[in-house]
Amino acid sequence: MKWETVIGLEVHVQLRTKSKLFSGAAIAFGAEPNTQACEVDIALPGVLPVMNRNAAYMAVKLGLAIGATINKQSVFARKNYFYPDLPKGYQISQYEIPIVERGKLEIEVDGEKKTIAITRAHLEEDAGKSLHEEFSNNTGIDLNRAGTPLVEVVSEPDMRSPAEAVAYLKKLHALVRYLDICDGNMQEGSFRCDANISMRPKGQEELGTRAEIKNINSFRFVEKAIEYEIERQIDVLEGGGEVAQETRLYDAVKNETRSMRSKEEAHDYRYFPDPDLPPLTLDEEFIQSAKDSLPELPAAKRQRFMDHYSLSDYDAGVLTTSRELADYYETVATHANDAKLAANWVNGELAAYLNKEGLEIDQAPITAKQLGGLVKRIADNTISGKIAKDIFEAMWAGEGDADSIIDSKGLKQISDSGALEKIVDEVISANPGQVEQYKNGETKLIGYFVGQIMKATQGKANPKQVNEILKKKLN
Amino acid sequence: MHRKTIVELQAALEAGQISSVELTQAFLDRIDHHQDLNAFITITAEAALEQARASDDRRDHEAPRPLEGIPIAHKDIFCTQGLITSCGSRMLANFVSPYDATVIQHFKAAGAIILGKTNMDEFAMGSSNETSFYGPVKNPWANQAVPGGSSGGSAAAVAAQLAPAATGTDTGGSIRQPAALCGITGLKPTYGRVSRYGMVAFASSLDQAGPMTHTAADAALLLNIMAGFDPKDSTSVDKPVPDYTATLNDGLKGLRVGLPKEYFGDGLAADVAQAIDASVETLKKLGANIVDISLPNSTLAVPCYYVLAPAEASSNLSRFDGVRYGYRAADYDDLNDMYRKTRSQGFGEEVKRRIMIGAYTLSAGYYDAYYLKAQQLRRLIADDFHTAFGQCDVILGPTTPTTAFDLGAKTDDPVSMYLNDIYTIPANLAGLPGMSIPAGLGEDGRPIGLQLIGNAFEEARLLNVAHQYQQATDHHKQTPEGY
Repeated sequence: MKWETVIGLEVHVQLRTKSKLFSGAAIAFGAEPNTQACEVDIALPGVLPVMNRNAAYMAVKLGLAIGATINKQSVFARKNYFYPDLPKGYQISQYEIPIVERGKLEIEVDGEKKTIAITRAHLEEDAGKSLHEEFSNNTGIDLNRAGTPLVEVVSEPDMRSPAEAVAYLKKLHALVRYLDICDGNMQEGSFRCDANISMRPKGQEELGTRAEIKNINSFRFVEKAIEYEIERQIDVLEGGGEVAQETRLYDAVKNETRSMRSKEEAHDYRYFPDPDLPPLTLDEEFIQSAKDSLPELPAAKRQRFMDHYSLSDYDAGVLTTSRELADYYETVATHANDAKLAANWVNGELAAYLNKEGLEIDQAPITAKQLGGLVKRIADNTISGKIAKDIFEAMWAGEGDADSIIDSKGLKQISDSGALEKIVDEVISANPGQVEQYKNGETKLIGYFVGQIMKATQGKANPKQVNEILKKKLN
Repeated sequence: MHRKTIVELQAALEAGQISSVELTQAFLDRIDHHQDLNAFITITAEAALEQARASDDRRDHEAPRPLEGIPIAHKDIFCTQGLITSCGSRMLANFVSPYDATVIQHFKAAGAIILGKTNMDEFAMGSSNETSFYGPVKNPWANQAVPGGSSGGSAAAVAAQLAPAATGTDTGGSIRQPAALCGITGLKPTYGRVSRYGMVAFASSLDQAGPMTHTAADAALLLNIMAGFDPKDSTSVDKPVPDYTATLNDGLKGLRVGLPKEYFGDGLAADVAQAIDASVETLKKLGANIVDISLPNSTLAVPCYYVLAPAEASSNLSRFDGVRYGYRAADYDDLNDMYRKTRSQGFGEEVKRRIMIGAYTLSAGYYDAYYLKAQQLRRLIADDFHTAFGQCDVILGPTTPTTAFDLGAKTDDPVSMYLNDIYTIPANLAGLPGMSIPAGLGEDGRPIGLQLIGNAFEEARLLNVAHQYQQATDHHKQTPEGY
């Protein structure tokens, strides 16, 4: 039987507010345990939550960016369950009426575009952390994270492959970075994903029973976890069994998913509207202000790169995958005076180096201005592309900017036709045999001559000029 | 001195007839002498005297603050920095609050002295003060009778003149019912008028703090201190606070007093009905017009309340899990065992009963039938009041169906206990201000409470009517024998 995979994702986006969702305590990763938890966060008797409007502002920005409906009235609800790192015994979330509903995100896999519908995005507070390692026979509780604002973005089950799921996640990740509402740090848990996966025979309308894979914290793990889960479910189904509706945990070390709790063990969260918080009311002015604060979004930027810099759809798409990369590219292009060449270098050499060393664009040892300076020297024929690669390597190693390396190493391209003619003459007279063969019709020997000239000039000869002069002299 | 009202005590302090230290010592002596009432959980004698000394010093060179040097008792539901805030429960018997409730801050800023923390039904769940971990409070009017609840310690303390005034909280009648049963004045303000920050939550959408005093004039003084918007409480209302003492002496001519027929039906004791009828006559003499009104859905208030309040409580009390503070069972096998034992041992029967009811009504499959239905009913009950206030300015009726019942009389029958709040609960569900003032004694010599319910934020009118009534009567001046 041919199986079709159905995937829906729930993504927790940690908002970059200064203080918590319902208290004034600060938010910063890595602080000493329980130093960023106030009386509200530790749920002392009698304390009450007060909504951080800035978190709502960020959620509205996200909603607008995914073309969603912004609910002018949304309701906070209590999700009740007991856990030591959940101080109140309930999490304040949004249930029946979330702040954002019905949005969409366009993804692209192997050049094919597809729209993924987003059911809703709601505000909620994070829990604290249970620390099991440091205490023998005991569990430590760190409530620094308790009350940190999250937006949970819930997609429709619209994805059909691990690749689509990863594309969606990357797109959403880029978007929240574009909007500057999340630091996007997946290791620190600022951007976390749960995946709902089910299988159905191809052509069947009805959805199969799904399993939920919890807390997958990298793009690679999402792909692997889903791949594993697909195989597991197909094995179960083809073995005549039924997929259990359950929550599973992905183990990255063993690369497998394991059952965490079954449907029967699922909590009854006893949701009800939080009586401590009136409905969250947003007026037109608030929404308009969020709209006015939106930066240029990826799709618009991509179009502008095509129109303004004459880039291909592909190049523009790659360069706008993140706001940092797009900004980097624009700086390079501005300093280089050649937008297309700038794109080639950013997507080519720079991307290759970053990839090789596992660095993000904001960790690149060459600044955008420096790279612009290098590309500029290619564009104005000061150096050849080949020399440029050596200079790039030197710049990567921290040897300074392009012009100073060109100067100090004497790498300036020889474009003086008098000087070049002299070298060409020398090469011609040193290779009478090859000249003879060339004249007898072996014109591909032109490459040999160019090579000799480059060797003689340590690669500094302007290749275009060399070609012209050679042809003139040999013909 | 202990028989004086706060208004009188202020004058005595101002005139130098007595110091705050002397006054505070006098009440501390009375508290000590009447420990058998069990009205207090914590007595802060030393701290109180220290505060009193500071107040006396301050008075020498600074203008007195609104409650300068006046000793007050606080219900043990208000978090008070450095003091045990037990909420009447074993669960919090070791909990020393690191912060002050907003209400406590207000009293401190007004110069009041804290005498101690008063006994109460556990987590404010009860109508007789019998659910307290610290044992029941006795009614000063009859030692075998309950003082009412849940603010029973505060009511008994004021009635026995162990404190000139006390704070209370009212979720379904917990200020008004004990005020009625102990023969004092108690006011539950409009929901949102007084900050709930730092008040241990029972049912968040119903809880409201208020004053318990000898007179309406004193209640006005205290409400001036307690009321006001608090940015820490999202349900508090940002609305100016009037001077509640300013309108106490307004005349009642033309005042429309509504008598809801549902408050005078079966179940109302004859002596209580008689006292209320007499009060109506008094108000008529003061110029009020009587209007017959109906609150048809109020008869469903008790079942509505006993769905909503336990639902909220079941969630509010989840934080008492033995993890961070409060009681934790001594021995346990694992996390779930720790939760189970801590909460089984830390909570009393009534609290556990309500948590069970609440968890049930919120659970999947029952939510619509119970919680949602009760919310709809709550709206209908509020609508009744809205309609009624088109016809009248205040609503009048009994606070309770009977005078104080005996200790143990209703402990085995929760429903009969719950029905004691039949007249007080509707105002909580509608979020309206309600007051109980003494209206005489019943056949058994125990106090009868007259209830006044006002429209939202019309506390000033309630206090005005109550004050005028108290100018014309002396029920509020009666004191239990031996006190």
